[in-house]
Amino acid sequence: MNWLPQSASTFAPGVDLILWLVTIISVLSCVLIGFLLVYFCVKYKRKSDNDQTPAITHDSFLETLWTVIPTILCIVIFLYGYIYYDEYTTTPKNAVEINVTAKQWIWSFDYSNGKKTLNELYVPVNQPIRLVMQSDDVLHSFFVPAFRVKQDVMGNRYTYINFTATKEGVYDLYCTEYCGTAHSDMLGKVHVLSKAKFASWEDGSADKALKASAANIPPAELGKQLYSSKGCVACHSIDGADGVGPTWKGLFGKKRLFVDGSSAAADENYIKESILYPGEKMVEGYAPVMPSYKGLLDDSEITAIIEYIKTLK
Amino acid sequence: MSEVNEKNYLENGEGFASWFFTVDHKRIGVMYLWAIAVFFIIAAIASFLVRFEHLTPGQTIVSADTYNVLFTLHGSMMVFLFIVPGVAASFGNFLIPLMIGAKDVIFPKLNLYSFWIYLAGAAIFMIALAGPADTGWTFYTPYSIETGANVILITLGIFVLGFSSILTGINFIVTMHKLRAPGMTWDRLPLFCWAAYATSLLQVLATPVVGITLLLLIGERYFGLGFFDPARGGDPVMFQHFFWFYSHPAVYIMILPAMGIISEIMPVFSRKPIFGYKAIAYASLAIALISFLVWGHHMFVSGQSKLVNIIFSVITYAVAVPTAIKVFNWLWTMHKGSIELSTAMLYSLAFIFLFTIGGLTGLFLGALAADVHLHDTYFVVAHMHYVMIGGTVFGFFAALHFWYPKMWGRMFDEFKAKIAFVLIFIGFNVVFFPQFIMGTLGMPRRYFNYAPEFQSLHQISTYGTWIIGAGFILMLWVLMRPLPGKAPGNPYRSVSLEWSMDSPPGTFNFDEIPTITEPVYNYGTKVEEES
Repeated sequence: MNWLPQSASTFAPGVDLILWLVTIISVLSCVLIGFLLVYFCVKYKRKSDNDQTPAITHDSFLETLWTVIPTILCIVIFLYGYIYYDEYTTTPKNAVEINVTAKQWIWSFDYSNGKKTLNELYVPVNQPIRLVMQSDDVLHSFFVPAFRVKQDVMGNRYTYINFTATKEGVYDLYCTEYCGTAHSDMLGKVHVLSKAKFASWEDGSADKALKASAANIPPAELGKQLYSSKGCVACHSIDGADGVGPTWKGLFGKKRLFVDGSSAAADENYIKESILYPGEKMVEGYAPVMPSYKGLLDDSEITAIIEYIKTLK
Repeated sequence: MSEVNEKNYLENGEGFASWFFTVDHKRIGVMYLWAIAVFFIIAAIASFLVRFEHLTPGQTIVSADTYNVLFTLHGSMMVFLFIVPGVAASFGNFLIPLMIGAKDVIFPKLNLYSFWIYLAGAAIFMIALAGPADTGWTFYTPYSIETGANVILITLGIFVLGFSSILTGINFIVTMHKLRAPGMTWDRLPLFCWAAYATSLLQVLATPVVGITLLLLIGERYFGLGFFDPARGGDPVMFQHFFWFYSHPAVYIMILPAMGIISEIMPVFSRKPIFGYKAIAYASLAIALISFLVWGHHMFVSGQSKLVNIIFSVITYAVAVPTAIKVFNWLWTMHKGSIELSTAMLYSLAFIFLFTIGGLTGLFLGALAADVHLHDTYFVVAHMHYVMIGGTVFGFFAALHFWYPKMWGRMFDEFKAKIAFVLIFIGFNVVFFPQFIMGTLGMPRRYFNYAPEFQSLHQISTYGTWIIGAGFILMLWVLMRPLPGKAPGNPYRSVSLEWSMDSPPGTFNFDEIPTITEPVYNYGTKVEEES
């Protein structure tokens, strides 16, 4: 069985080397100690209450041995840990910066060309990346197991992660600093694209192609995909369970009570307004935590989400 | 005086008041034992619910918010109400005067007040947790402020509990300085006492930091001073520094007394002097001192500077060496011995093995580059439980069985107790070993929901809790039903002082203060070996 996630960054092999090194030291030590424990229990089992035992109190040679060997091993492990950490924390000169904002319970990414994505980070393969991260609220932590990188994100200053992805693919992104109700749903994906695919993603032609293919699937189906890919899933359930935000089950057409005392039925216009300007009509019992999706979803995508909500009866 | 001493300490007075107002260190120790047992059981039930929830991804039995409350309840009760005050206060109180040849601790009334303060602190802490708090046992700001958990009340509870620790620590230190029987020189002091001494130093020196944290929180909340809150120009990472500056030494407050227990039990059932007495005694002190300087290894990815991380990594490895020395010393105590596998000995051997795994997995986490990957994953959860359960709790269970005859004056059913041991040992490993693998694979901790690929490992871990739970219940059942007949004063033919009187001891322990003429752990008779 695999005990390490796939390795997809320049930093990962170094970390894995340490993990293997310490695992081998640990297994050998455990086998040695476990063996001696059992061997002594068998060999020196009490035969009678009159067993004669020697009054050995110490042995300078042995004690020196088991002081010096662990010390040397510790120094070696420290050095490996230090060397790769040093490499990881040193930013390459040609690194491309991406701004990351964490917020309960969404990751958003701002790219130098003005593009913005939610929960989906797009990077080219073999390109050093520097993430400049901050939080809008509590502490979060950016963790991509396949890259072996992790860094806490906080509100009062920027923190950084350097990585260079080495393999194309889609990798899991986790929040690893406990941040409340939907902590375990504050998930994302890192898309590592070939240079060519990244260029077409960057100039928007990939988007167009995607939209073209999206035109061939039913809107409700597209809405379902957007529900997970755009992070709605973190706060809105589709099975009626109450989350950070109202459930989508049975939402369409339901009467909504707002904090200012007014009320309205949840129709297409109301849902669209809530997606673009979530703070306008706050439903009673929920905190004003939803970010605006203005600029992140276009009209056809919003329509698709509305169609999807309609199917959740 | 000797008339009173004819009655053993359990018979000397009946009813609630005779216990609640007693100044007898043995009764106070027993009351601590009951109190921590209650908290342990509540916190353990919370952990079984947490594990049960993980049988399936998403909701199994409780909602995400309830899950967050459950793991907070489990962690904070286990740490602050059971394991930090627990072993030192219960067995420390019961044993230290018996081991050094004294009639009581030096400040018996203060000792009682410490217990009351402990109860008061526990009450405040439980009220604060009932909020309900959903912050995890580390109470990191700014989440803990934003969520409306009453951090000030929580810290106040820990502060009051800490006062109990400080007073107990002072009591033990002074007792060991002033009340050792004639001839009980420092190099004849039992190693449990050395461990308790090192623990007491930590309690006295580290706990005041909780008080400082409390003052800063009050300053922030009521006077608008920005210490931790970014909105006021504060730094949330500073809270982590304060928290771990106390809580890391607290880790050693938890483990040192258990190490002392193992050092007492190994010689008795090996019939050998402890191997490397001085090395173990000094290692206890070295661990205690270095433990003040490693708190930053909890914060390698929290935004500390690179240089600070490197320094903390070096010092962290410095604490690994004395720990390794202790393990080999215990192991070599068995060499050429006459080994009896009593229940207490089995728990001690399990301690050595499991604590070794706990210590070795610490080597992964101390390495900077590896910690970047492993931090806040299940690997840390498993590591910490191997040290805290495999270490402290197994040591605590060893003590429960080993001093059972002395404490209660009765014997227990060794055979059934060994079955309970086997269940607990197997169950423990089934629960926590898979968590190492989940951790290296990248499963984050404190996750209500998880990816489907982790389900089989989560399920194995949950099944383990049923095995260990059965073991706990059987152990409790065995210990609650002592065998008929009075226990002998010294059932193990130990040469230690606490076994030299009747079981249970008289109220004043010793009719006459003994004079110590022999080295501690004076086992072994063969003369051809040098001694």
